[in-house]
Amino acid sequence: MTQTTTVEVGQEIPTFRRTTGLHNWNRYAAVNDEFVDIHMDDDAGRAAGYPTAFGMGNLQWSYLHDLLRQWIGEDGRILRLSCQFRAANTKGMTVTARGRVTAVRGREVDLDVWTEADDGGPLAPGKATVVLP
Amino acid sequence: MADTNISAQMRAAVGREIGRRVSYPVSESDIRRWALAVYYPETPPRLYWDAGYADTTRHGGIVAPEEFNPFAWLARSVEPARGVDPAQNPDHLEMTLGVPGPGLKFQLNGGMAVEYGVPMRPGDVITAVNRLASYTEKEGRLGLMLFTVTEDTWTNQRGETVKRSTMTGIRY
Repeated sequence: MTQTTTVEVGQEIPTFRRTTGLHNWNRYAAVNDEFVDIHMDDDAGRAAGYPTAFGMGNLQWSYLHDLLRQWIGEDGRILRLSCQFRAANTKGMTVTARGRVTAVRGREVDLDVWTEADDGGPLAPGKATVVLP
Repeated sequence: MADTNISAQMRAAVGREIGRRVSYPVSESDIRRWALAVYYPETPPRLYWDAGYADTTRHGGIVAPEEFNPFAWLARSVEPARGVDPAQNPDHLEMTLGVPGPGLKFQLNGGMAVEYGVPMRPGDVITAVNRLASYTEKEGRLGLMLFTVTEDTWTNQRGETVKRSTMTGIRY
């Protein structure tokens, strides 16, 4: 929660981190009806040019929302969010969602947000605007 | 190489409605399961699954995580009805609009952007209207790249805007 702290440009917000694999992806497939071979089967992942099956872009999208919600709390609001999908979240990878403040207008805050792989490589970079409580 | 993949017919289709869907009423268990999946293995915030607690918050009850999809497991109605052409066909969008497509071989998800309005709640019936927003193109490493932006507007049963989102498809 941010109510009592001053938000400054350049500030990094607390990270949201998950070690990912079939337990995460199968649960997401079950709620989003997203049963696609590349997300379930290593052979299908390899056929698509990756070392294993890989997670859904939509789940990266959810992790970016989780990151923002964790920071602003349930009294805050996500106004806008965007992202691009740059690289695959392969099996066993620890995905870290991060955000850095780029502008502050009263209680409205712009951020660069992104998910990254274990080696720090970007998976899904984007931009967000939130309203703090 | 073609100078452009955007035909006059495609250009004339910009702004047209591609389709619309109406959801079944959102249920508490849909929201709870969504939250469990996107926070797994940790317990999601109580706002998404504990009605007694949610009643005491400024939301006055359970709300859905912003990115919740109420259309995942069938919709009450889908227009136009799904045809025989698989969505994997890169010309699927133009086929739906009844215009000849560019016939490009490969397609990628170039990204998405959303602007949120009111939250979704149990009992909500969401209507999603999808429109063709733009075609642009740019010379890239892999040749002439066609960028197609589609816009989705979701409203609830009270006519309030839930979200406006855009998706950019890249074809080459």
